[in-house]
Amino acid sequence: MSVQAADKLKDKFGDTVLDTIEFRGETTVVVKKEDIVAVCAFLKEELGFNFLTDLCGVDYMGQDPRFMVVYHLYNIGTHTRLRIKAPVEESDTRIDTVSGVWTTANWMERETWDLMGITFNNHPDPRRILMPDDWEGHPLRKDYPVQGPDREPYQDRLE
Amino acid sequence: MANFETMTINMGPQHPSTHGVLRLVLELDGEIVRKATPHIGYLHRGIEKLSEHRTYHQILPLTDRLDYLAPMHNNLGYVLAVEKLLGITDQIPERAQVVRVLLAELTRLKSHLVWLACHALDIGAMTVFIYCFREREHIMNIYEKISGARMTSNYFRVGGLSADLPAGLEKEIRDFVNTMPGHIATYEGLLTGNKIWQKRIMGVGEISAEDAIDLGVTGPCLRASGVDWDLRRDQPYSGYEDYDFNVIVDDGCDTWARYQCRLKEMHEACKIIHQALDKLKPGPILADVPKVVLPSKQDTVNSIEGLIHHFKIISEGFKPDAGEVYVGVENPKGEVGFYLVSDGSPRPYRMKIRPASFINLQALPKMVEGSMIADVVAVIGTLDIVLGEIDR
Repeated sequence: MSVQAADKLKDKFGDTVLDTIEFRGETTVVVKKEDIVAVCAFLKEELGFNFLTDLCGVDYMGQDPRFMVVYHLYNIGTHTRLRIKAPVEESDTRIDTVSGVWTTANWMERETWDLMGITFNNHPDPRRILMPDDWEGHPLRKDYPVQGPDREPYQDRLE
Repeated sequence: MANFETMTINMGPQHPSTHGVLRLVLELDGEIVRKATPHIGYLHRGIEKLSEHRTYHQILPLTDRLDYLAPMHNNLGYVLAVEKLLGITDQIPERAQVVRVLLAELTRLKSHLVWLACHALDIGAMTVFIYCFREREHIMNIYEKISGARMTSNYFRVGGLSADLPAGLEKEIRDFVNTMPGHIATYEGLLTGNKIWQKRIMGVGEISAEDAIDLGVTGPCLRASGVDWDLRRDQPYSGYEDYDFNVIVDDGCDTWARYQCRLKEMHEACKIIHQALDKLKPGPILADVPKVVLPSKQDTVNSIEGLIHHFKIISEGFKPDAGEVYVGVENPKGEVGFYLVSDGSPRPYRMKIRPASFINLQALPKMVEGSMIADVVAVIGTLDIVLGEIDR
């Protein structure tokens, strides 16, 4: 079922689909970020993926493009899952919001901005969500240390 | 210019009925809530970041600290995800699978008891709180006998269980579960027919099926809006397909429906526990995958292979194939999922937790806007949120 969905995506969007990956029975479709809203709307309206389970970013530091935004979709009718990924370059960490397709994306995208530093265009509420508003940096990026002498609570306390 | 039409107040983060460090900024028009904005993050510990720096075995104790009212479910979701990543899902021994289901359902009882206790207490029904915590204490004692800890159990392992059940515990669990229907009847006797309880929750915090799906609500909150979806039945894991249980659905959409739904789920949990106890047969509790599963103490001290495997797994960890998996399980609060990205090293490249409470909380403004301020307390209770899971 997920594989069929991937084929239908390819038929409909052609060049937008960059890659299809099968691993441990899970299907992942990589699409261009420019068409992410159209792809998601098509998956929801035409293929029945009415539930957005999760949305997050992954930092592949050292690779180009550096970031992947990952969407986990679920079809409540047929009980199938599908994973959509959209590459985002380090030079332009922006992607369109899908909160118009699924309202639940609102907080998930806020979290992805907060922790991974990916900006969502046209987001209705682009604030940080877990870290304080005045926090600097995005903790889940790979170049952000888990702890160290330059960070709290060790700052200015180590010789 | 200041707005004289409405008044903005803070509820939390130190407020007894916000179930932890949840802060709500409420815009009030008299007693009517016009706008509610949740502010979270006070309990953020960076568990996803920390797990990128730990081996797969070392992450397990962190998962206890997500939804600390249902630690076994978090353990279960995590170990299932790692097992899928390794491709050893079908090698888990029967006994381990049954014990996992048994404890997952016992945990569901435990979590729902805390929900009912706190929900009722928030609304002013104090007696139920005492009774629910009495039963919960039993489950905590069982937890302690199994894992040594009352809350952060850290009991399941990649490949099976950390230890077998202590002798005589099966009877204790069965005796306890036999008393549960009577206890649930007591809670219902105190609440269901109570006029104050009915007035406080009937028609409060309504959310339609369409809105609930759109907002990503899962678990009993979704099923009480009439959506027939339970991962235990629809994407069975750990052998749930072999159990006979009903998925409780209610189309009331309000707090009353969610109350009924969870109470019936407690009966179903008891049913599953009885079936699991019937299925429980002696046998191995760990899969035979020496490069992944920690050898027994016996093997570690008596055989050179055991010693080497133990040393390698502790000092280096195991290396799954590069790839990514997502596994979701039906936590008492909703769907808890683990998305693991592996680059072939002994540590996950990225671990993303799909927290049920975090996403259910997003529905709160929708449920309270336009209703009375006192209903906010009822809605927080009925959402059954845990801040440890929201903030991670």
